[in-house]
Amino acid sequence: MAYSLNVNGKNYSVDVDADTPLLWALRDVIGLTGTKFGCGVAQCGACTVHLDGQAVRSCVTTVESAGTAAIMTIEAVGSTQVGNRVQQAWLEQEVVQCGYCQSGQIMSATALLNENPSPSDDDIDAVMSGNICRCGTYPRIRAAIRQIAAGPGFHRRRLR
Amino acid sequence: MRRFQEVSGVAFAACAAEALLAVTLAVGSGLADDKIQPPADGTLKGVADFQSIGEPSARSRALFTEAAKVITGPRCINCHPATRSPTQGDDRHPHRPPIQAGESGMGVAGLNCHSCHRFKNTSLPGSRVGSIPGAEHWLLAPASMAWQGLTLGEICRQLKDPARNGGRSLADIHKHMSTDHLVAWAWQPGAGRRPAPGTQEVFGALIEAWIATGAECPS
Amino acid sequence: MSAFARIGTASLSRRTFLISVVLAGGSLVIAPRLVGPAQAADATALTPFIRIPPAGKIELVIASVEMGQGVYMGLSTLLAEELEVRLNQIVAVAAPADPARYAHPMLGDQITGGSVTIRGFWEPMRQAGATARSMLIAAAADEWGVAPATCRAEAGEVIHTASGRRLAYGALVDKAATLPVPQGVALKPASEFQLIGKPARRIDTPAKVNGSAKFGLDARPAEAKFAAIAICPTFGGTLQSVDEAPALKVKGVRKVVRLSDAVAVVADHTGAARKGLAALDIAWNRGANGDLTIGELERSADAALDGTARVAFDQGDVDAAEARHPRGIEAIYRLPILPHTTMEPMNCTVHVRPDGCDVWVGTQVAGRARQAAADLTGLPVEKVVIHNQFLGGGFGRRLDHDVVIMAVRVAQQVDGPVQVVWSREEDVRHDSYRYLNRSRIDIRLGPDGMPVSWRHRVVGPAIMARFLPVLFKDGIDLDIVDAAESPYDVASKRVEFVRHEAPDGMLTGNWRGVGPTRNAPAVEGGIDEAAHLAGIDPVEYRRRLLGNNPRMKAVLDLAADHAGWGRDPGAERGRGVALLSAFGSFAAMVAQVHVRPDGTLKVERIVAAVDCGLVVNPDVLRQQVESGIVYGLSAALYGRLTIEQGAIVEGNFDDQPVLRMNECPLIDVHVMASAEAPGGIGELGTPGVAPALMNAIFAATGKRLRSLPLATTDLRGS
Repeated sequence: MAYSLNVNGKNYSVDVDADTPLLWALRDVIGLTGTKFGCGVAQCGACTVHLDGQAVRSCVTTVESAGTAAIMTIEAVGSTQVGNRVQQAWLEQEVVQCGYCQSGQIMSATALLNENPSPSDDDIDAVMSGNICRCGTYPRIRAAIRQIAAGPGFHRRRLR
Repeated sequence: MRRFQEVSGVAFAACAAEALLAVTLAVGSGLADDKIQPPADGTLKGVADFQSIGEPSARSRALFTEAAKVITGPRCINCHPATRSPTQGDDRHPHRPPIQAGESGMGVAGLNCHSCHRFKNTSLPGSRVGSIPGAEHWLLAPASMAWQGLTLGEICRQLKDPARNGGRSLADIHKHMSTDHLVAWAWQPGAGRRPAPGTQEVFGALIEAWIATGAECPS
Repeated sequence: MSAFARIGTASLSRRTFLISVVLAGGSLVIAPRLVGPAQAADATALTPFIRIPPAGKIELVIASVEMGQGVYMGLSTLLAEELEVRLNQIVAVAAPADPARYAHPMLGDQITGGSVTIRGFWEPMRQAGATARSMLIAAAADEWGVAPATCRAEAGEVIHTASGRRLAYGALVDKAATLPVPQGVALKPASEFQLIGKPARRIDTPAKVNGSAKFGLDARPAEAKFAAIAICPTFGGTLQSVDEAPALKVKGVRKVVRLSDAVAVVADHTGAARKGLAALDIAWNRGANGDLTIGELERSADAALDGTARVAFDQGDVDAAEARHPRGIEAIYRLPILPHTTMEPMNCTVHVRPDGCDVWVGTQVAGRARQAAADLTGLPVEKVVIHNQFLGGGFGRRLDHDVVIMAVRVAQQVDGPVQVVWSREEDVRHDSYRYLNRSRIDIRLGPDGMPVSWRHRVVGPAIMARFLPVLFKDGIDLDIVDAAESPYDVASKRVEFVRHEAPDGMLTGNWRGVGPTRNAPAVEGGIDEAAHLAGIDPVEYRRRLLGNNPRMKAVLDLAADHAGWGRDPGAERGRGVALLSAFGSFAAMVAQVHVRPDGTLKVERIVAAVDCGLVVNPDVLRQQVESGIVYGLSAALYGRLTIEQGAIVEGNFDDQPVLRMNECPLIDVHVMASAEAPGGIGELGTPGVAPALMNAIFAATGKRLRSLPLATTDLRGS
């Protein structure tokens, strides 16, 4: 049957099986390719999207389980205040290398900062350890989140 | 755990999954010292099997010991860890990715249980893990209900202690064990996972009989 | 591939660059060409690298691929510096697959790898910019009737200094094209650099933080289908039979494709394709390797230590020195099979038609991919178009194009374009593996405790025999033995190579850090063992052996200083050092570990000091070194594939873990200022990690580790 998905404020009808991972509905049916496939088993976090503001792994979230929740992807997260700040901090700290994992990293960091505007290093570890980066951008991701946590007027500081 | 061999021809004989436990970076596990081991088979005796034990307190202890095959099985005890981080699998290895369930037992904003564990099991055809477990309100047991690292007697006394069991009476405990949907999940754990022994019905009856015989705890 | 570097540097010194400038399609097209002395007169084949249009941005064609290493940024900086334009006046575009025109000047093929991109284009890119600038100034001067020397170029304009008159480059392209092309225009001295060596934001990253960057998996040709693939799990095995019915019952599945060694399920979306594939019960002929086990391969590699060796490096008289000096260390270092696990799993999108073939893929070898597609389809190579995408990580995996071959074979049975997607499990189980390595190191010490002889026997595959035969000489893979001789002053040294290949059907390839990653553990572990035997501090011991290597010694001192070497690291802690001279660069690394009595290991800090010659972009350099370190940490701690019943056992990040944020140590990178020609940076950070950790664990616990990964070692009771 066809499912109606609300993605980035728009409704889409996707005619797929109930157990189809949201990831493939987004990428292959709707055509929003910013959400990435990395492992398919919720190990790497590359496919992270927001469901009613909560970070979920879209590779293990079925279309059925997404239901009527508001889905937000990397393509729209920059339209939110926190998402935009995360993207800017990512550029300022020159986080990105190959970039493939960064959609998921940014979605996780945004979900973290939405609820916890000043995360400690332990808080950062607790959330961001769910996202794998093979280029090794972890120290700069930490620095970028710290930059946001420190608020405006923050200047680039030594990387951890 | 096989010891490192400096000069032997094959230094890598230990299986990878087991060997990886030797180096647990940042997430301590202490699994090797756990006193409780998962049950060896999938059977669970019924209440009737214990009628021959005449002395009520001995029967009570035997009933609890049997019910503990479920309680200390990996399907239950993985989410009753000693720390606020769940374990996984029949070998109870640290959850991957590492999870800090926190005070709430739900994880933290940005990575909570529901980031992956949805309202029912999600099958992952073709993967080694088979499925991601799921049920409504998936979460870690509160810290006061940690079971890993305890003896059977310690688990039993904790279960009965309202200060540590969420203020439950023995009747509440029975109801929880025999009807709760998260407990029920242990018998429908999804592809790639061994169910708890027996059935929830038999398990519930064992708990009921244990209470009826005085809710005695093994030493 | 710093072996690449040596050969490449030698060949570069014998060659010169010829800059061609023509008007084509209304744009001024500048083409630097590498010409050997014999071909100096032949400048007919034009390779457009730079286009200056009458209006709009200057186009820089990048022959290398962007996989995170910052090549778009690096090459744009080189051009902008000499052409006198701002970075935002340049747009970088991917070159077509055409090795005849876009071959890397050092490698002789259109390959991105071996940390040689900047080294290869360092001269020609600046020369092209300087030549074009000189011609544009001449054109403007002619226009104004003034002497060129009275004009200067700035931000894409020529300015007559005295009058302040200005003309944009775009307005000058027609006239410039009619002028003679000056050769040998002087390049700026480093003291006048405005862009090179200065911090500047990368140009490829804004699209990577908003989801708009297009990787291979993001190719979406119209009407594309999606395929999931299962390749025979045993190496060299074949498909026996499969009933396609269960897959065809899955909603969205269109077709089951049978290949001799694989099955693909084609569907409307990848989810349906994966579900359909999982529904199949595929019978495989397991083939000659059907019973293979990792134990067998490990034993075979060990036995090869006593196999027939070829001498790859010989200096002094090792036999005589060993006869005179019995005291020393002899040790065997063992390295496992490693996957690459690029973050973007293998994939390739192909549209095969009777009259042509389009391929969308992120590859480090576009030319080879194009040729392979042509060979398979029987199409002329000009009819194959490779649409190179961003690479979601390379690390050497995308130096092989087996994935393109497989995808074309699937696409030949599909009407319209099809995106073939490897699951993570297929990606791990059908990699171009870093194969097993064995090193036996024999270091003899003189009466003063310092080494008098160095014998290093390396057992490994000869990847260059197939990959780049120019680096396979007299039976020796010059990459596999690279840096095996160490940077240390030892009177007598010998490196021996025993070729030891993986079973037939198992693809082995290049892995970040290539040869030096194989040799660093034995070289740096061995010298550490020698220092311990001599009773001399490991840093001081190395310093005494670097009298002829001032750049190496300087980075050692820098790293040791920043790491607090010599100060107490604290209880249960230890520091270890490792050096590397490779890729035309120098690196020193100090790791600090904490080993608890229960065996828990935490890597607390890694301090790296590097000398990469002149730095094009200091922040990209730091990124690359950090990246190399983290990649090396994952492998050192966890990396190891096993084989049972002929198939790779591990398949995903749960059973083949990689480093996560909570395990990532503090990383400090210190860069030595240098005016030397640029060296490589992409692979520089990886090789030293494992030996620095092994040496640190020895310092903390007294346990001398000689096998990787560290997670297979029980450190309890240390």
